[in-house]
This record gives sequence, C-alpha cells and structure tokens, in this order.
Amino acid sequence: MPEKNIKSNYEPKIVAFFCNWCTYTAADLAGVSRLKYAPNVRVIRIMCSGRVDPQFILQAFASGADGVLIGGCHPGDCHYAEGNYKMLRRFRLLKRMLKDLGIADERLRLEWISASEGEKVKLVINEMVEQVKALGPLAIPQHLKNINEELKHFPGEEIREEEMAHA
Amino acid sequence: MPEKPKIGFYWCASCGGCEESVVDLAEDIVMVADAVDIVFWPVAMDFKRADVEAMEDGSILATMVNGAIRTSEQEEMAELIRRKSKIVIAYGSCAHMGGIPSLANEFSRTQIMEFMYQESPSVVNPDKTRPMTSVKHNSFNVTLPEIRNLVRTLDQVIEVDYYLPGCPPTPKLLKDAVLTLLSGKLPPKGTVLSPDEALCDQCARKDTKPSDLSFKHFYRPHAVLLDSTKCLLSQGVVCMGPATRAGCEALCISANMPCSGCFGPTSRVRDQGAKMLSSLCSNIDPKDEDGIDAVLEDIPDPVGTFYRYGLASSLLRKKITEDM
Amino acid sequence: MSENNIKMNGNGTHKSAGTPKIGFYVCHCGHNIASQVDVEDVQKFAAGLPGVTISRDYKYMCSDPGQELIQKDIKELGLNRIVVASCSPLLHEHTFRKAAEKAGLNPYFFHMVNIRENVSWVHDNRESATKKAKDLTRAAIQRVFFHKPLEKKSVPINPDVLIVGGGIAGITAALTIANAGKHVYLVEREPTIGGHMAMFDKTFPTLDCAACILTPKMSSVKAHPNITLWTYSEVEKVEGFVGNYKVQVKRKPRYVIEELCVGCMECIDACIYKEAKYPDEFNQKLSKRKPIYIPFPQATPQVVLFDPETCIDFKSHRCKKTCIESCDRKAIDLKQVPEYKDINVGTVILSTGFKTYNAELSPQYGYGKYPNVYTSLEIERLVNASGPTSGEIVTRDGIKPKSVGIIHCVGSRDQKAHKWCSKVCCMYSLKLAHLIKEHTDAEVYNFYIDMRTPGKGYEEFYDKLMTEGVHFVRGRVAEVSDWALVPEEENKLTIRVEDTMVGMVRRIPVDMVVLAVGLEPREDAGDMRRLFNISCSNEGWFLERHPKLAPVNTFTDGIFIAGACQGPKDIPDSVAQAGAAAAEVLSLISAGSIELEPNTAFITEDNCSGCKSCIPICPYTAISYNEGTKKAYINEALCKGCGTCVAACPSGSITQNLFDDEEIFSEIDGLLKFAGIELEETEAEHA
Ligand code: SF4
Ligand code: SF4
Ligand code: FES
Repeated sequence: MPEKNIKSNYEPKIVAFFCNWCTYTAADLAGVSRLKYAPNVRVIRIMCSGRVDPQFILQAFASGADGVLIGGCHPGDCHYAEGNYKMLRRFRLLKRMLKDLGIADERLRLEWISASEGEKVKLVINEMVEQVKALGPLAIPQHLKNINEELKHFPGEEIREEEMAHA
Repeated sequence: MPEKPKIGFYWCASCGGCEESVVDLAEDIVMVADAVDIVFWPVAMDFKRADVEAMEDGSILATMVNGAIRTSEQEEMAELIRRKSKIVIAYGSCAHMGGIPSLANEFSRTQIMEFMYQESPSVVNPDKTRPMTSVKHNSFNVTLPEIRNLVRTLDQVIEVDYYLPGCPPTPKLLKDAVLTLLSGKLPPKGTVLSPDEALCDQCARKDTKPSDLSFKHFYRPHAVLLDSTKCLLSQGVVCMGPATRAGCEALCISANMPCSGCFGPTSRVRDQGAKMLSSLCSNIDPKDEDGIDAVLEDIPDPVGTFYRYGLASSLLRKKITEDM
Repeated sequence: MSENNIKMNGNGTHKSAGTPKIGFYVCHCGHNIASQVDVEDVQKFAAGLPGVTISRDYKYMCSDPGQELIQKDIKELGLNRIVVASCSPLLHEHTFRKAAEKAGLNPYFFHMVNIRENVSWVHDNRESATKKAKDLTRAAIQRVFFHKPLEKKSVPINPDVLIVGGGIAGITAALTIANAGKHVYLVEREPTIGGHMAMFDKTFPTLDCAACILTPKMSSVKAHPNITLWTYSEVEKVEGFVGNYKVQVKRKPRYVIEELCVGCMECIDACIYKEAKYPDEFNQKLSKRKPIYIPFPQATPQVVLFDPETCIDFKSHRCKKTCIESCDRKAIDLKQVPEYKDINVGTVILSTGFKTYNAELSPQYGYGKYPNVYTSLEIERLVNASGPTSGEIVTRDGIKPKSVGIIHCVGSRDQKAHKWCSKVCCMYSLKLAHLIKEHTDAEVYNFYIDMRTPGKGYEEFYDKLMTEGVHFVRGRVAEVSDWALVPEEENKLTIRVEDTMVGMVRRIPVDMVVLAVGLEPREDAGDMRRLFNISCSNEGWFLERHPKLAPVNTFTDGIFIAGACQGPKDIPDSVAQAGAAAAEVLSLISAGSIELEPNTAFITEDNCSGCKSCIPICPYTAISYNEGTKKAYINEALCKGCGTCVAACPSGSITQNLFDDEEIFSEIDGLLKFAGIELEETEAEHA
C-alpha cells in the first residue's frame, strides 16, 4: 500500500527550543560524547524555556513542523529561577488546546534535561522521532495548500462528490 | 459640482450587525451620505450583481466588506469588488479575522453538513437530503453557491487595504475611517484602523488591576457576581483586554462583561489566542502539574475562549482533520 | 493575498542597518565536521540564498587565518552580517564576534550555526546530516536579516570575594586572594575550618603530618587582615550577578561571644558534667565531648561552642551554669540568636568538599553490625596522636589487632552504590596499611579490585608498601562475617573474597576491618547549587563549564568551584584547583569589569498598555509599573535576559535583544521553509 510506504520512509521534521543553560548544553555534551541520535530535530537556542512564546510553537506547526520539542532545566533548576514553571503552565493549556485543534499529543513535548544529561537528549529525541513517525506527516502547509485549491474555482453544473455521497 | 467619491458596502458570512453599525452612525450618516455617493449597498438599497459588473474597474473609491468568506459566491463577489474598488476595507471581525463564523473551522464541512441536515435534534430528514450546488427542478436548473471547506478572512481571498476591527466596529471608528479616506492622507497599506495598543490602556478599571494576579481559579462571567468597578481579571474572569487592540471604547467592560477579543491582536502579535494563553498561564499560581491543570480546567474551551473571533486568522486556522 | 493579515512590524524601535550583505562561512573543523557533512554542498547552498554576498568553506574557521578571512571580506566586500557554521556557540561565538568587531562590524551582526555538536558528531548518515546542516544554515541566514547593532553591556566587578567552605581548597584560595590584597569572606559551616584534611593523620605519599602542614595555614587565615572568617555560618541568600552579588550569611549562635573568647577552655572544665558524655563528631564519635566543647585542639578559630541539644540549661533552664561563672571574660551568652550578615561581593568560590560514603548502605561489609568494622575516617582518627586513643590502634574491645583487612572501593565502582572511582581510596588505603603496620605490626591485607596509583610518587609508594610485608589480595570482597567455620576464625571477622590472582575463594580471619569508603557529593549540594545558580552532574558534583578547558568555571559567570565539590580529588589536586579558581577570581578583579551579553529586554512605551501581566513574572523584579505614565518599565540593570516576560506580554510590547520575536520567527521559518515541498517529493517518490 503506497500509504504505508510514505509513512515508513517519511522523515519527520521536529523543531526544538532548548534553553541555553541546561538542554542546549546537554545537547552539546551529547555531541562531545559522540552519542548518535536521529537527525530529524533542528534546535533553536533560547536563553530560557520561559522565552518560548506559544506563538513560536504554533508558527512551527503552521510552517510545516511535524513536532515541537521544548527542553528546559528541571523544576527548581532554571537558571532564571522560574522560567521553566512559566513554560510548564503554558504547555499544559496549549496541549489541551492543540488537541481540540486536531494535533496529536505526541507532537508537542516538554522535557526537563539538565546540562549533564546528554544521554537523555538522545533518548528523548529518538523516542519522539519514532512517535511522530508513527503518526505520519502533519504537513499543515500542504494541507492548507490542498484546501486552497478550491479557491477561484466556482462550481457550475457538476455536483460535488462529497455531498453526493450522502445524497 | 465635482463628482462625489463612490463608496460601497457589501456583506458576506456575517450576522448583519456590521450593517447595523453603519446605521448607528445616526446623524453622522447624513454627513457621510452628503460627502459620498453610496453606489452599492445590498442590505439597504436595491442593487444587482450586474450593476456592479457594469461599473468601470477601479471606479469605486472604497468598499467596506463585512463577513467572512464561506461560499463560492462570497469569494466571487469579493473578487468582483476588488476589481471595481481602489480600496477594499475589511469591515468588522469576520472580514478581518474570520469572526464567530470561523469557529466552524473546528469542524470539517462534512461534519457540519451531517449535523445541520441530519443529526440536529430539530431535523427530520429520512431521505438524507443535502444542499447541492446544482439541481434540476421542474426542468429548471437551480444552482446554489458551494460551501467551501474553510471559513476564510477577506484577505485570505483577495488583497485588502485596510481593516476596521470590531464586532461590530464602532460608529466612531467608521466615521474616522471615512474622514481619513476623504482626506486622502492614507495610512500604509495593511493598517488596522484602530489604536495599536491593548485595551487595558483605555479601560476605566485599569487602575484597579493588581500587579500580581496569581490565578487560583477562573470564573465564567455568568457564574459570579461581578464588581462593576474592579478589573475583571482580578476577579478571575478571563478578559481578553490585555491581548486585544483598543478602539472599542471598552464597551463590554462598561456593560460589566469581559472583553472577548473582537478587535484582534496588536500589530506586533501574530496569534492573539496564543498570546493571551501565554500571558494568562504565566500568571497562574500553582507550579505542579496537577495544581496547574486544576486551575486551567476552569477554562473548558480554550479555542472558543482565545479565538472567539479569529480562528481563521490564527496561525493554525483550523482544526487539522483527515477528512478535508 | 496574504496568508496572515497583520504581520507588519509596527515596532520601529531599531534602525535597520541597510540591505543585508551576508558573509557565510562553513568550517570543516579538520575532519570533525567535514567527515559527516558535505561542507562544500552547504557552502554552495548558502551561496544561493537571498542576501548572501559571499559563501566560503574553510578548514578551521576559528584559526587566525579563518578569522582573517572574515575580516578581509568585511572590509573588501562591505559585509554587514556574518554567519559561521561550525561548532557550538557556547564555544566560539565570542571568538567570531571579536573577529567581526575588529573588522569594524558591530559584533551582534554575527550569528553562529552549530553543525558540529548538533550535527556531525551526533549523526552518522552523511546525507541527512548535510540536509540538517543546510536547514540550520538557512535559518541563521534568515535570522541575521533582523539583527540589530547592540551596545555591549559591561558591569564593574566588586573586588570582594566570597569563599564557601574552609577545607584545604577554600583555605588555599582564601590565602592566595587575600595575599593579592583583595578582601575575602570565608564562610564555613562547621565551628572550625580545616575540613577533612584536619582529621587526617599523615598524607600520602610523603607521609608528612597533615596537621603540621595544615594548621599554620589555618592560623594564617585567622590572622590575615584581608580575610573575614565566619565559621559556624551558612550562606542563606544570594542575589545579583557577576561583579555584584548580594549575599546573606547566617551566623549560627555558638552561645559564646567569639570576640571575647580566647579559647582557654576553663568553661569546659567547669561544666557541670564532670565527664564528657556525648559523642564527639570530630573524632567520628569514637570519643566523647561535653555540651560545651571545642572540636579539636587546633580548631580555628579557638572559640568554644555550646551544643544546645545536650546542654542542660537549654533543655531545662535548671543548670547551675558553672561554665558562665568560670569565664572571667564574660564570653558566654546563652541568649545569643542567629546573626545575619549582608555582604556584597563580585565573585564566589565554592569549595564545599565532599562527604564519605555511608558504609551501612553496603551491608555485606558488616559496618554498624560488627563493632570492629571501621571506616577509613575512623582509622584516621585512631592513628592520630591527638585522636581518641592518642594514636594507639586498638579495637573497640581495647585489644591491639594482630591482623587487619582493608577493603577498597566501598561505595565506589559499585553498580549498587556509586559507579565512579573515588580516586583517593587506593592511596589512602596504602597509607593506612603503612601506618597500621607501623603502629601495631599486625598482618595487614589490602583487598582491591584494581590498584590505582597515578600521581607523582604514588606508584613508588605502592612499591614501597610491597616491600613492607603488606598483603595484597585482588578481588572484590563478598562478605565480612563473624561466622566461624574453623577454629582460627573464632572470635574474628572473616573476610570472604575471591582471590582473582589465584582463582579461588579465600576466607581470611582478621581482628579489624577497615572500609575504604568512597567520596560522594554532600547531601545539600543540590541546595547549594540552586542558591548559586550553577549546575550539577548527574552524580551531584558541581558541574564545571568545560571538563578540560574550564575546570574551575561554572556556567554562571563569577562563580567558581574548587576541590572535591567538583568531583573526587586528593589534596594536591584540590590545592591546585583552589589556585586556579583564585587566579580566575583575581583576573576578573584586575580586569575591573566584565562584558555581559546584551540580551536584556525592554518595553516600548508607546506600545505598552499597562496591563501589568509582565510585572509579577520577572524573577528579578526588574519590571515595575510607572504610576505616572501608567506603563510598565524594565530596569535594564536588573534584567538578566531570560525572555520570560517577552513571551508573556499579551500585546507584544516587550522586545528581547538578540532573541527578538522576529529573529526567532525567521529561524523557525528558515528551518522549515521547504518542509512542504520536500513532503511532496517524498510522496511522489513513494507513491
Ligand atoms: S505585559 Fe506588555 S502590555 Fe502589559 S504591562 Fe507588560 S509590557 Fe505593558
Ligand atoms: S527578560 Fe523580562 S522577565 Fe527576564 S529578567 Fe529581563 S525583565 Fe525579567
Ligand atoms: S534557563 Fe533552562 S529553563 Fe530557564
């Protein structure tokens, strides 16, 4: 089945926001330790997970990300004391809202990864890539492009199949 | 006497409130009527599409289009109006951001049809009849516009020059807009014709807002007795004011109702709902997941709360479903 | 037709710096990057991106010729944006910014792409690694369009220094800095400085007496005009940032006025308790002390203290208080309360040391069950001439042992305890073996897994021990028990071990067992690290900024670490680290100021609605509300640039330098630009 094929060969794109002090450093450590992980994640460095504006997450999805990963310091360990709690609170509601908007739970993930947890960077990324792969492409730009094909196309004689099916 | 500038009004997927707001100009409408020629206004005067088609391209100075774009006909009309008008103004929340009709983007067209023509408790439809774009009836060919898969903002279909926000825009904004148009001193294209700062700035209750909200609960406005002098957020009611453009003269607030966001975000924000969510959540009290969830449970419908007027113009625009 | 109706940036707070002319440079890093990423392909790809004036690849961008390449291009081609794709910005961002600046460009027009730590080192598929490198490159190139020239932010360094922990590392650092003429606050939790070293008898491998080399240093600390010594004190609060920390120190009550007490110890004699009754912590509870005591004769400062837990007067208020009467200096004050000292310092050294492994957690060795199983620290006290037995090694039954077994790696290199090697145990076990042999002439057995003796003179010390008749048995001890199988084992502790040298299980009966307990982080290392905003390794040791190149630095500017709080270390290493940390501190002080990232946030007054949503969010109370203008305002000096308020401002009125919304949006966009198209290709390929 071609459907299946697409899914198994498809390489998801995941945008990650890593805080400078913990998770970004951990990712550097993973590099220095030559840990190997899936190449699907692209990291954007920010100073603190508290900087992650929900707009960034939505924009990433809207621009074609299949998943968004946020990495911050463990609770109590944020370099700026509490930025990660702010992120956690936004994350909890955002997750619920995204569910209402049809975006599967596994596509948005928040992880606490301290500077010394290079191994965890690897585990989290590999796991998330697998999960998102299993979900298949989210491909919002493509989705909208397809829908937008209906524009400038004014129906005349023909009856839309969809409604026909129910008629 | 030189020819007066030509102005048009048109409506798409809207409730009619925007049209009323034009009438709400009251005596000022006379001023407007004196200054301009209203060449097209289907809700108030008798015009046919052919009349518009007959006009010269670019001959209308400005057309204000209200309503979202839901059908093929609205889309066609929008394009026609675009051709005929020098300036197109998206009038009101629906044309500006999709408005309430764009909450329909939470459902697929099939789902909506299914519900409206089948599952709705008040419907009896054993033959499973559905509206069709074209049908033969007594040898007549009857056609209907197609319902699109998506509710769109006006600028997702045609180029828009200016936006007059609000559900509906206030008479004051309309009057100012008309005066601006007539003055010829046009702001940069794309401008939303309303102050570019959030409502709090103009809110009479601003001074009563404490600087630390630390939300422990949220309440829906009907469920609490609201103090009509105090900041609504300080009373635990989700007021979209901080994330919503000013310009409405805080009308809802003076009626002791929270702002629900109809003026849309400021120019610096891409997604009003995301910003409001961010700001509210950052200010809730608990730090542990369960505590956080307990507070947030008080917001049962985040999409409806944060995108009441703007799902179509939000970053995601719609629910992502397989079947459309 | 625009996808999004209100994207225009009406902000207007920054002047744009003209049309971007971007120079892009991708580094091979020898083979480090080039082996996994097709560098030339990335270079060609970048050349085709909008705004890129020149795109080059080079072997080592961070080398002088690499930097000169950039500088030459800036001058000759008039570049106004620089993007380098190489290693982590945490490593070389500074280097390239400097290079750009030297060529006359504002350094903040530079952006770095991490294609080594984030790409070549972690992926092994060249094709997908190259693709990722290109995405990251496009993101950076789009991002620099939005970069603005920024002013450097520099802050003065307060020359006063705080050192936390008065063991050998803290003492060394304190003296070094004080000798350089700078003021040091040395804060120690215990009633005396000296740390673990003060408990030791001799030090390996030279066998010089620990006290003889340490106590003069302790006295110098006490006497030094540039050192404020606060023992029995703890750091309560830390605020501020490099150059300007505000610290609150709690001085716990000793119930003795430190300035008045001369350490004559009359009061101890006069205590209503004629006999010492309570376990003496310093002697590992092998001896007793009174409720009023001094930890050990050379304790510094020489000031007695009360233990309110055991003093009768604290419990019942009914003591005759003979101690108070005995003190002619009126130094005793039972009403003393904690005193809080607020100090300002520019830099901090943490030298809080370690604790030893709790041997009861490895029950197979019988610690706590058999009285004659000791920890190495207890033996240190026993062999010490000023210890509980005045240097005589006797078992708890008071007999001189005829045979002693020393078990190495207790709590170390053990999957059930700590995985790490505690580094010092082999050497101190050899030292104890030597001392026990010397004091008792007993048969001494060392049970070791591997003998680890790297260090100057260490292996020689091991060789020497072998000639002293000490026995070495290679194997991890399975069990210590008092279960006698043969008459020789009766009334003895039998050590069961697989001797891997001879390949058989042996049972060796001994009179005394010594457990060479490993080193572990202090229980409250986590609290300390939060207090000072630094990181810990998974194991709980304080984390250095770079394991090789910045071993005493932390990720927080102005906070340094020295000694065993960073990981197991012997005395020479701790002293060396203390020196390094002192040098780092002195170098900051003598520079006088430090440059900070200008990544602070600011509010554009015209945009702000005064909604106050941002105000409680700032952890540094940098945001305040101006009642006059009814707008919020960020105090740049207090802002540390986390960006939390920026994300939370519902009207988008806060901007963060270096991490502006548009900068991040353009990165997101750049990362994903062709995501849709690629998808189409994939679908076509597999359809
Ligand atoms: S959150 Fe934004 S609008 Fe509100 S007070 Fe702060 S800066 Fe002003
Ligand atoms: S970025 Fe905002 S929240 Fe963070 S330190 Fe600065 S003012 Fe405070
Ligand atoms: S600095 Fe890492 S989450 Fe705040």
